[in-house]
Amino acid sequence: MTFSCLQPPPLPDPHIDLDAYEAGADLMVLNLGPQHPSTHGVFRIKLVLDGEIIVKAVSYPGYLHRGVEKLFEKLTYAQVTPIVDKNDYLSPMINEQAINMVFEAGLGIEVPRRARWMRTIIAELQRIASHLVAIGTFVLDVGGAIGGGASVFMYTFRERELILDIFEELTGARFHYNTHQVGGQRHDVPLGWDVKIRAAMDSIEKSMDLYDTLTSKNGIFRGRSLGVGVLGRDLALQLGLNGPVGRASGIDLDLRRDAPYHLYGELDVQVPVLTEGDCLARFRMRALEVRESIRLIRILLEDVPEGPIAALKPSKGPTAVKLKDGQWYVGVESPRGELGHYLIASAGANKGMSPYRLKIRPPSLHLVSLVPWLLPGNSLSDAIAILGSLDPVMGEVDR
Amino acid sequence: MADLLANPWLRGILSSVVLATGVLVVAAWATWFERKFAGRMQNRIGPNVVGPAGLLQPIADALKLLRKEMLVPRKADAFLFRFAPGFALFLTLAVVAAIPWGQDIYVADLDVGLLWVLAMSGMMLFPLWLAGWASNNKYALFGGMRAVAQGISYEVPLLLSAMVPVVLAGSFNLRTIVEYQSVHGWFAIWPPGIGVIAFVIYFTTSLAEAGRIPFDIPEAESELIAGTSVEYTGMPYGLFVTVEYIHTWLSSAVATVLFLGGWSGPGSHIWVVGLCWMLLKTFILFAFIYAMRWSLVRFRADQLMHLCWKWLVPITLGLVCLAAVWVNVTAGGR
Repeated sequence: MTFSCLQPPPLPDPHIDLDAYEAGADLMVLNLGPQHPSTHGVFRIKLVLDGEIIVKAVSYPGYLHRGVEKLFEKLTYAQVTPIVDKNDYLSPMINEQAINMVFEAGLGIEVPRRARWMRTIIAELQRIASHLVAIGTFVLDVGGAIGGGASVFMYTFRERELILDIFEELTGARFHYNTHQVGGQRHDVPLGWDVKIRAAMDSIEKSMDLYDTLTSKNGIFRGRSLGVGVLGRDLALQLGLNGPVGRASGIDLDLRRDAPYHLYGELDVQVPVLTEGDCLARFRMRALEVRESIRLIRILLEDVPEGPIAALKPSKGPTAVKLKDGQWYVGVESPRGELGHYLIASAGANKGMSPYRLKIRPPSLHLVSLVPWLLPGNSLSDAIAILGSLDPVMGEVDR
Repeated sequence: MADLLANPWLRGILSSVVLATGVLVVAAWATWFERKFAGRMQNRIGPNVVGPAGLLQPIADALKLLRKEMLVPRKADAFLFRFAPGFALFLTLAVVAAIPWGQDIYVADLDVGLLWVLAMSGMMLFPLWLAGWASNNKYALFGGMRAVAQGISYEVPLLLSAMVPVVLAGSFNLRTIVEYQSVHGWFAIWPPGIGVIAFVIYFTTSLAEAGRIPFDIPEAESELIAGTSVEYTGMPYGLFVTVEYIHTWLSSAVATVLFLGGWSGPGSHIWVVGLCWMLLKTFILFAFIYAMRWSLVRFRADQLMHLCWKWLVPITLGLVCLAAVWVNVTAGGR
């Protein structure tokens, strides 16, 4: 039985038959990566080029495979959190939240309001930090490591540093935090944290204008990104894209607004949507989201809830959390799209202390799946720009 | 001493050694300057460990490069691979010979000095192409092909815009061009409109010639990693970098001579003052190139071609005609 309305329209063919390609063409195979500086990690793309125009692109992810999902099955629920820090290494906080939220769903416990408030603020700060890296690396890809791109990259890293400082004050770590636990937070808010966050937000908001001047108001930058690598709404839907890349192609979906978690239900999250779907739109989308996150953080800082930061008593060790049989899925809005965790728990798996199976739905994998569709027809230079505008994180793709 | 200098052979050798050394020192210092300058632009400090304010950093870099092994890829054309960097350095130093750094500071006073300069810097395509081809690397090959395509295209507006001062001054001799400007004013200012547009276009195209951002397409690190020099290690790589810096410095120097009055300026009858004027003007252009480099992104190869053939070539052709008309109408001030 088929439902014709559910049948997707035919996709463009990324698997072009090279033998049928123009008879006299002198095709050349160029291996981009896995050590290429612009592939954002270890990612290999085999390009078939006609001159400088890409005819076919085949992607080979997997160089960063660490067997994380298998590892989950050996670790207890409390031990999983520090591992997921390394998946999307540009937004470790959101990984921690997502995985702890699925455990909390399994236990059926309510996270205290203060902890949810902290999680909301941390998530938005992390989103800004991650988008700053995306903005910087995209300009780096367009402008070169020894050139204007590097300047914007340095500026964005300067602002990101402010957020890392804030996280360091909270957790003591700068990158792999391990600050979330099942049922709440591990560390309470330090004194004077809000003042620091407000100062950082002011500073970042000011420099967002500077980035605009250097990038989207610059003629050469516009020329390099406007109308390049256009991703249509249909293709985006069929490949399961959401997040900034999907929203830049007109998919009006944001889990913060449409399936609220943390304190997002009480906030009026304004979701920017662009319809152009090109590199410039994806770039601008991230800048718009940074501004929206700054606005949300300012609203959140106005009212700090009191109370406990964890629903469970301080963890007595790895055996503290045990789950019964069941299946749960929780998706959160990561800076790259929907980050989902699908948990199958069994009382038999390590006496109920470990997941039977924990599947991650990484948004970056869906971004990378665009490569065979978006790259053909563009030049080599544009391919790098497109790849940079998608902003995949390989740690998350390969897991 | 004066007798010694009267000997043309000795004078030639001495002056070339002095100028070649000077230019290489400038190139070494330029790397320091650029890194410091870029650091300031990016809220960094830049090199500050080796020597006072990091001034000895270029020497440390050169020593490091000298100590490194020169690797030749197995399937590379070993002779051409080794030949290319030296050839590039030879060509850039050949350009230096014809540039008048002061009223009497030059190696060769050629009647066709401008042609020599443009020809030698135009030849820079060959070492880049040789390096790209001999490396037997696809990225290097791309870099070489892009270098040739870009160089050939940008040669046309470069030559045409350089013709404007030639038409106005009525000479190919660089010293005559400067002397004409010291009497009648800089070509970048006078004649109105023509001169300044020609100056801007000359400066832009010489950036493309020297492969500087926004025209550094042959070595585009983000896509071609390092373009033509991707397989080079050690000092041969260092030579390519040095040549790039000298080339940028020389582009500024030639632009100064052609459009900004070269050594002319208050008190330029004293040779030291003249030299200082020349170096100061060159340095300002040079610093401007680096300010652009660290704030702009690069063009795509086809956008570059559009800019060249659809805009710069017609405009420069028109400028040369206008300059000819101007010379005839005003009788050239002669």
